[in-house]
Amino acid sequence: MATVTYDQATRVYPGAETPAVDALDIAIEDGEFLVLVGPSGCGKSTSLRMLAGLEEVNGGRILIGDRDVTDLSPKDRDVAMVFQNYALYPHMSVADNMGFALKIAGTPKAEIRSRVLEAAKILDLEPFLERKPKALSGGQRQRVAMGRAIVRSPQVFLMDEPLSNLDAKLRVQTRTQIASLQRRLGVTTVYVTHDQTEAMTMGDRVAVLKDGILQQCDTPRRMYDHPDNVFVAGFIGSPAMNLLDVPVADGGVKLGSVVHPVERGALSGAGQRVTLGVRPEDLALNTDGQGIPVEVDVVEELGADAYVYGHTTVDDDQLQMIARVDGRTPPEKGSTVYFTPKEGHVHLFDPESGARLGD
Amino acid sequence: MALELTAARPYPALLDLPWSTPLEEWPEEILAALPRGISRHVVRFVRVEGRVMAVKEIKADIARREYGMLRMLRRLGQPAVEPVGVVAGRTTMAGEPLDACLLTRHLQFSLPYRAMLSQTLKPDTAQRLIDALAVLLVRLHLSGFWWGDVSLSNTLFKRNAGEFAAYLVDAETGELHDRLSTGQREHDLDIARVNIAGELMDLQAGGLIGEEVEPIEVSEQIMTRYRTLWEELTKTERFETGDRWRVDERIRRLNDLGFDVGELDITTDIGGTEIQIQPKVVDAGHHRRRLLRLTGLDVEDNQARRLLNDLDAYRAATDRQNDDEELVAYDWLTKIYEPVTRTVPASMRAKLEPAEIFHEVLEHRWYLSEKQGHDVAIEDAIVDYVDTVLPTKPDEKAVVGVDTESIPVRARTD
Repeated sequence: MATVTYDQATRVYPGAETPAVDALDIAIEDGEFLVLVGPSGCGKSTSLRMLAGLEEVNGGRILIGDRDVTDLSPKDRDVAMVFQNYALYPHMSVADNMGFALKIAGTPKAEIRSRVLEAAKILDLEPFLERKPKALSGGQRQRVAMGRAIVRSPQVFLMDEPLSNLDAKLRVQTRTQIASLQRRLGVTTVYVTHDQTEAMTMGDRVAVLKDGILQQCDTPRRMYDHPDNVFVAGFIGSPAMNLLDVPVADGGVKLGSVVHPVERGALSGAGQRVTLGVRPEDLALNTDGQGIPVEVDVVEELGADAYVYGHTTVDDDQLQMIARVDGRTPPEKGSTVYFTPKEGHVHLFDPESGARLGD
Repeated sequence: MALELTAARPYPALLDLPWSTPLEEWPEEILAALPRGISRHVVRFVRVEGRVMAVKEIKADIARREYGMLRMLRRLGQPAVEPVGVVAGRTTMAGEPLDACLLTRHLQFSLPYRAMLSQTLKPDTAQRLIDALAVLLVRLHLSGFWWGDVSLSNTLFKRNAGEFAAYLVDAETGELHDRLSTGQREHDLDIARVNIAGELMDLQAGGLIGEEVEPIEVSEQIMTRYRTLWEELTKTERFETGDRWRVDERIRRLNDLGFDVGELDITTDIGGTEIQIQPKVVDAGHHRRRLLRLTGLDVEDNQARRLLNDLDAYRAATDRQNDDEELVAYDWLTKIYEPVTRTVPASMRAKLEPAEIFHEVLEHRWYLSEKQGHDVAIEDAIVDYVDTVLPTKPDEKAVVGVDTESIPVRARTD
């Protein structure tokens, strides 16, 4: 077990003008499950590979525990890339499928047996150890594949989009399995995905990257409640946060016909306009015709709730708006309804820099 | 959604395949063989317009990516299977979505390692497979390709004058970079070692290869073979200015290994007393290209070397050292190579490729000559070979069926 530290770690590809990963600073705690997430090309995979030793580090350092591994070869880092190889060997028993990599590493037989047994207990595979993979169900086979990484008992597990070739149903199943397994094993894990839902449901903390730069690294809750900038605000959460460019008024921001009160401190650094963010569940229908006018395009009924997909017009621009409303009384398609944000649930950002305003 | 076919060349008959049926349930009568091998995915072989094609069922984005990657590798002149196309937008009759399919052409006269090893050929077959894989891996790495899943299962082998030539079959995990870092190369090697050991242990557990094979020892040889070759191809040499012949010698050494130097970095030190050389670009296929230029024959590199040696011997024997090489080559082709390979009756032509047969006939002639204590003419050697040796060989033109099965980890909902 170990901590992992990215200390100003930078990767510049030969011939590239901007770094693929730019001065990354993350301190991952012992036993923590950290998810690197961001859109394609954000540097998340490169960051993982720098830790694995597959990408050179051009600046800064990477530490595992107290050990500087920046220039070590992959096999000397005591990390395991999980799920790179799913193949199970048909003629070998489950136990051999799990333990053969240890045999290659020259581990004594008795130790292989005890490590395989230990992993099998954690994975609920103990009764199947002597069987052939063919006799297992799909889910069990997948756990055998996980077992191959577990028996190596590395200091850090690395996973690069491990679920990308699974179908939707199995993806959700495996996601839960990996997360709970990681908690039981307590092995520090770095996990890469482009899917923010996966990131939010699995990680102890989530690190959002964009253009090689770390945007925010926080717990999923904090990330959701307190995005540091407008990019994170829009990236985290599904459906996405509504983001509107609105004028600043005395004591608040102007939303259509009303002034939504905002703490004075939040606006002290702001100019004439701010970017206002409000999540779909933080919008309330206003029956007095006050607030943001939204023309309803689609209503998605989910039973208890319904999502209203519509648009509002700001300075001749149509902006998409999404709101969660009571499923029993949703507005009709084509009608115009008014929304106001719930008090204390708006996020304000600088329209130029995108940085969060206020607390 | 409508069926969507992406292909470099249209094969109209592709559209007749039962795309609305999960690949696992395709009827046996349309399959070229019941294939298998270790695979994460369902793979089947079908016959389309007289060609055998491999069909792999995977998610559409992964299929498209692999299709593009295989095309790129082919363009870079790397030995990889030829991608045919991607079929996406599949649904069952009931409208349930199905995964996409990647189609590749089956490589004629190639063999999966399981078939090679369980045919109980020479005892060092495993070693020679590893050698071929090491050459493939070096070639891929030189071109900037990181494989990510190096294994015997993901490779097909073709005979190459008694040795083997390896082809990449599965590029699903691969990535193309400008240049690979040492860490990336080492990681590929580590993956190769673990996979090869696992694959051999599996064959042993299934009783398909003998106990005398040492899976771990054999798997470790991928590292040493790879490193030796990599070093020879890329190392920097320093020598005194007077020793310029060493530049030529280095190039000749690379040629002997079957590589050509595309670009050589030559620098001298400030005093001008020392020269430093480092090959910048090396291409495999030195002998192959030379033979192709001289005769139009396109064969594997070792086969080409063998044929070229015979061509040189022919030139010396006919005392034509002063003639144009192209002219002599034409005569050799029409008077020696073609008559020999045409002697093989049509019924036996699916056994081995012509160039491999020619190589075997040369071997056979040597064997006969030694036994009889005098030179045997190649015309006599081929007759004896066709009578006594060739009939015992299995057909290898389209070996796709092996007695193993796929264990997809990709579970269904059980």
